[in-house]
Amino acid sequence: MAHRDDLIVNDAYALHAQHGEEEGKKVRSKIWKVTALLSIVTFIEVMMGVFIKQTSEAWHYAKWTFIALTILKAGYIVMVFMHLGEEKKNLRRFILYIYYVLIIYLVAILTIEAVKQNHKLTELFF
Amino acid sequence: MATGQINSNATEAWAGKVSPFSASYGKLAMWFFLLSDALTFGGFLASLGFARHYYNGEWPIGEEVFHSFPFLSGHFPLMYVAFMTFVLIISSVTMVLAVEAGHRKDQKNVVKWLFATVLGGALFLGSQAWEWSHFIHGSEFGKVLLQDGSWAVSQSEGHGTDAKLTALKVVEAPTQGGTYKLGEVITGQQAENLYAERLSASADNIVKGADLQGNEYGPQAYSNYFFFITGFHGLHVLSGVILNIIILLNAIAGVYQKRGHYEMVEKVGLYWHFVDLVWVFVFTFFYLI
Repeated sequence: MAHRDDLIVNDAYALHAQHGEEEGKKVRSKIWKVTALLSIVTFIEVMMGVFIKQTSEAWHYAKWTFIALTILKAGYIVMVFMHLGEEKKNLRRFILYIYYVLIIYLVAILTIEAVKQNHKLTELFF
Repeated sequence: MATGQINSNATEAWAGKVSPFSASYGKLAMWFFLLSDALTFGGFLASLGFARHYYNGEWPIGEEVFHSFPFLSGHFPLMYVAFMTFVLIISSVTMVLAVEAGHRKDQKNVVKWLFATVLGGALFLGSQAWEWSHFIHGSEFGKVLLQDGSWAVSQSEGHGTDAKLTALKVVEAPTQGGTYKLGEVITGQQAENLYAERLSASADNIVKGADLQGNEYGPQAYSNYFFFITGFHGLHVLSGVILNIIILLNAIAGVYQKRGHYEMVEKVGLYWHFVDLVWVFVFTFFYLI
C-alpha cells in the first residue's frame, strides 16, 4: 500500500476511544438510564398531546413544555448517544455554537418575514 | 497511543498528522455533514412554523388527523406515531450499544446490536409506508364543499360498507355572507342528507385523502409539508438502514476486528442518531404542536 501522510498515525484517535470490560459496564448503565429518561419524556409528551386540547387555556403552556422537553431529549441524544459530551471542548463548541448562531438567524428572519409577508404567502408559494 | 504523546513533538504537530480536536478526519467530516444537514431540517421546520402561524386556526390538529392504528379499528390519537418514535429511539439505543461493544472489540455483540438496529430501522420504514398510504387514501367520507363555498370535514363510525357518517364540521367559511359559520357542527340525519345532496350535485364537491393537488385535512400546504418533511426524513432513514447493513456485513466478515478498531460503527452511528434526533423534532413540530 502506498504511503499516505494524510492519515493520523496508527489510527491513534480511534484506538484512544477503546475501553475495557469495567469501563464498558459503566457506559452501558448510563445508556440504559438515558433510554429510560427518553422513553418517559416521550410518554409524557404523547399523553399531553392526547389530553390537552389546542382550544384549551392550558395549550399555551403545553406548547412551550413540548418545545422544552424536545430540546431536553435532543440534548441527551447529542451529548450521550452521539458522544459529543465526551469530545474535546473546542470540538463541542465548534459544532454547537455554529448551529445556535445559524438556526437563531434562520428562525428570526422567517418570523420577521412572516409578519411582513403575511397576506401574500399563499400566492407566493402554494 | 495516547494523544499526549502525539502532541509532545511540536515539529510533528506543525507538520500535520495531529487533529486539533483529537478526533479522526472521518469523524470530523461526519460532524460537518450532520451540521449542514441539521440546518437543512432546521430550515424545513422553521418554514413549517411560518405556514402553521399563517393558517393558524385552519391548520389541522395532529391528533385529529393521525388516529388510526394498523389492524385495529377505532380512535387511537397519536398512538401509532408515538410507537414509531419509540421504535426509532430504541434503535438509537441498540446503535449506541453496538458502538460501546466496538470500543471493547467485542465482535459478537457489535453484530448482535447492529442487527437489532437494522430491524428497528426497517420497522420504522414499514410504519412510515403504512402511514403515508393511510394519509393518501384518507377517511371514509372526506371533506365536503358546501353551497356557500365553505368546507366541512367528516366524522364517521365503522369501516367499508358499514361506515356511517356521524357529523360534518365546518373548517373553512367565507368571512361574510356565508350560510355556515366556522366551527359549526352538523350531526345525524341532517348531515347525511347534506352529504348526499352535495355528492349528487357534483363528485368534485367531495375531496378524499391527500395528494399534491388537494387534501381533506386542511390547507394545501399541510399535505405538502407532510410529504416533504416526513419524506425527506424517511429518505435519511432509508440511507441509514443501507449504511447499517453495510457495516453489519463488514462486522460479520471481521473487517473491523482485523483493522483493530470499530470506528466505522461509531461514524455510521453518528448518522443514525442524527436520524433519530431529527424525528424527535418532527414529532414535536408536525404531530404535537
